[in-house]
Amino acid sequence: MSEAIEGDRTFVDKFPEEARIVRAALLSSFLALVIGAVLGIIQTLHRTDVARIIPSTDYYTVLTAHGVFMVISFTIFFLVGLFTWAVTRSLDRPLIDIRITWTWYAIMAVGMTMTGVSILAGFTDAIDMSADVLFTFYAPLQAHPMFYAGLAVFIVGSWIAGADYFRTWLAWKRENPGERIPLQTFMVLMTMAMWYIASSAVAASVLIFLLPWSLGLIDQVNPTLTRTLFWFFGHPVVYFWLMPAYLLWYTVLPKIAGGRLFSDPLARVVFVLFLLLSTPVGIHHQYLDPGIAEGFKFISMTNTMFLLLPSLLTAFTVVASVEYGARQRGGTGLLGWLTDLPWRKPEFTGMMLAGLMFAAGGFSGMVNAGMNINYMIHNTIWVPGHFHLTVGTAVALTFMAATYWIWPQISNKPIYSRAVGLFQVVLWFIGMALMSNAMHAQGIMGVPRRTAEPEYSGFEYATMFGGYEELNIQIAIGGTLLFVSTILFIGNLVLTMGNPKVSGLAETLPPALSGPDDAPRVLDNLRLWVAIAVTLVVLAYALPLAAIINRGGLLGPGVGTYPVWLAPGLDALANAATPPLAGDAWASLVEVVR
Amino acid sequence: MHIHAYEKLWLAASVLLILLLLGSVTYGAVGPGVAMVSDSEQPVDATALDEDERFSEPRVEQVGENEYAAYVVAFQFGFQPDPIVIPEDSTVTFYVTSRDVIHGFEVAGTNANTMVVPGEVSEITVETDEPTEYGLICNEYCGAGHHVMEGKVNVVSQAEYENQTSGGDGE
Repeated sequence: MSEAIEGDRTFVDKFPEEARIVRAALLSSFLALVIGAVLGIIQTLHRTDVARIIPSTDYYTVLTAHGVFMVISFTIFFLVGLFTWAVTRSLDRPLIDIRITWTWYAIMAVGMTMTGVSILAGFTDAIDMSADVLFTFYAPLQAHPMFYAGLAVFIVGSWIAGADYFRTWLAWKRENPGERIPLQTFMVLMTMAMWYIASSAVAASVLIFLLPWSLGLIDQVNPTLTRTLFWFFGHPVVYFWLMPAYLLWYTVLPKIAGGRLFSDPLARVVFVLFLLLSTPVGIHHQYLDPGIAEGFKFISMTNTMFLLLPSLLTAFTVVASVEYGARQRGGTGLLGWLTDLPWRKPEFTGMMLAGLMFAAGGFSGMVNAGMNINYMIHNTIWVPGHFHLTVGTAVALTFMAATYWIWPQISNKPIYSRAVGLFQVVLWFIGMALMSNAMHAQGIMGVPRRTAEPEYSGFEYATMFGGYEELNIQIAIGGTLLFVSTILFIGNLVLTMGNPKVSGLAETLPPALSGPDDAPRVLDNLRLWVAIAVTLVVLAYALPLAAIINRGGLLGPGVGTYPVWLAPGLDALANAATPPLAGDAWASLVEVVR
Repeated sequence: MHIHAYEKLWLAASVLLILLLLGSVTYGAVGPGVAMVSDSEQPVDATALDEDERFSEPRVEQVGENEYAAYVVAFQFGFQPDPIVIPEDSTVTFYVTSRDVIHGFEVAGTNANTMVVPGEVSEITVETDEPTEYGLICNEYCGAGHHVMEGKVNVVSQAEYENQTSGGDGE
C-alpha cells in the first residue's frame, strides 16, 4: 500500500514539518551521545588506571553523567524522533498538530537540560549543586532537587509525545474505518503503552518522595521502597530503549537486505508480549535485597525468563527475513546465502552486528536472571559488560546504522562517506567485543562495577581468563575504539549536513510476506492488552510493595539523609565516619573531598 | 494465523530453554540449597544502631557447634569489624546492615554477596573451608569515597580462632 503512495518522494518531501522535528530529536540524541562518549573514555581510562586525569571523587560525576546522557537522553530522544517518523510514514498522514509536537520536544529538552546541568555542576565547587547519585539515584544519597525535577519534566514531555502518537492514530482511524493498524504504528503504540505503565512508578517516586525530600519538605524516605519503584521503571526502560531497535530490525532491515519482513502477525505478537512482560520483572534487579521475600523474587524471575520468548522469536523472524532477502538477491545453499547480503552497506552491517551482539548479551542476561547464579556476578563489572552489549550495542549500534539509512530520507542529503560509515560500525563491534568480553571476565573474578579505583590494598584478584591487568588493557583499548567510532559517526553526520540537497534518495518499505490480514484481529485490541498488562503488574507488585511499606513505613524505618550536593553535607559526612578504619586512604580522601 | 513449521520448532525449543533455566534455578534452591537473601530479619533503625543489641558492637560469636554469627555494620566508607575473623570448616551467618546509605557486601571471588540497605538486615549463610584471607568490598556506589571502602574476611584455623577470642575482643 505505502509503496505505491510513497513513489519517488522522500519523507521530507512529503512531510517537511515532521521531518524537521525528527532531525531535531535525532540531533539532540547525538549531542548526548558525544558528551556521553567523552565521559565514557575518561571513565574507561580512569578505571583501568591507564590515565587518571580527574580526581577519583569526580569519577562519580562522570559516571552519573555518562549513564544519564547515554540511557535517558541519547536513547529516548532517538526514540521520539524515530517514532515520529514511523507514525507519520506508516499512517501516511501528518501529526495532528505540529505545535503540540514541538511542545513535547521543548519540554523534554528543558527537563534534560535541568538534569544535565545539575549533574555537570558537580565538577565545580563554585555552586552548591551536584547529582553524584548515578543513574539509579538510590536514596538516602540525595541529589540537588533540580536533578529530580528535570527527570520529572522530561518524563512528562515523553508522555505528551505518546499522546501525540495516539491522537494521530485515532484521527487516522476515523479516516480509515476498519483498516488494520499499520505495523510501525502498532509497534509505536504498544511501546508507548508500556512506557506509560513503567514510567508511572518512577514519576510517583520522584514526585511523592524524592523531590519533596530533596526540598526538605519530608525528613526521610524508605530506601527499599524508592529502590523498588526505581526498578519497577528500571527494567521496562531497557525495553523502551530496545523497542525502537526492534522496530528497525523488523521493518527496515529486511528491506535493506533486499527482501521483506517474514511475518507481520508474529511481529505483532512479539510487541504484545513486550507490553505484557516488560514491567512485572523489575524485582530481578533486587535478588540480593534484604526486606523482600524470596517468593516475590521467584515470581519476578519466572516472568523474566518468559520475557526471553519475544527476543528469541525476533531472532528467528529477523534472520528468516534477511535470508529471504539474500535468496531474492540470488543467494543459495545452506549458509551460502550469507555471501549475497549487502555487507558493504553500513546500515546493514551495523544492524546485523548489533543483532549478533544482542544474542551474546541475551546469554549473559540469562545468567543475570538466574536468581542463584546472580550471587556470583551481582554488582560486579559483569553487569555493565552485559548492558554494553544490549543498550550499548544492540540499541546504540542499530541507531547509528539506521541513521545512515534514515538521515537522507529526512533531509534529502546523501551521507558524506558511506565507507567511513562502514568502518565506523565495524570499529564499534570490535571495540565492544574487546571491552565487554574483558568486563564479563573481570566480573567473574569479583571486580566491582561503579568504582573509580577497582584495585584494593588488602587483596588481589585471582587470575582466571587472563590476569586483572591484562583484562584492564583490553577494556581500555576497547573503550578507546568505541570513542573513535563515535567521533567518526558524528563527524560523518556533520559533514553530511553540509552536503547539498539532492533528489532521488527515496526508499520504500515493502509490506510483509505474510501480511496483517493473517494476524488475528484481537492483536490490534489495544485496550485488552493494556488491561492484561496492568493486571500482571498489579499481581507482580501489589504484594511486594504492600510488604515493603508494611515493614518500613512509607517514609522508612529510621534512615538518615545524605545530600551529595551541599558542601556542609560533605563535612558532616566526613565527621560521621568513625576514623579508626581505613587509615591513610580515608585521610587522603577527606583531603580530596575538601 | 500461519506459522511456519521451522518457527514452531524454534518456539518449542525456546520454551524448553526457558523451562530448563527455571528448572536449574529451582534445583539450585532445593538441591545444593542456595537460599536467597530474604525478608527473614526485622527492620532496624539505621540512625540508632548504637542502641541495637547486635550492631552496637559488631562482632563474630559462636552460636552452636561449628556455627557462628557475624554482625557486621557497613558505613561510609568501611566495615566493622575489620577484619572479620572466622574459623575454618564452619558455618557462618552474616547479619549485615548499614548505618547510613546503601552499600554492598561482597567477599571477592566468592558468591558471598549481598546488598546492604539502611533499615534492613541482610542475612547470608556461608560455609568456610581452608584458612584464607579474602578481600571484602563494597560493590554499590555509596559516595565520593566509595573506592576506599574495603575490609577483610580472614578464615583462620580453629586453633588460631580460639587463641584470638580467648585473648581479646574477637576483632
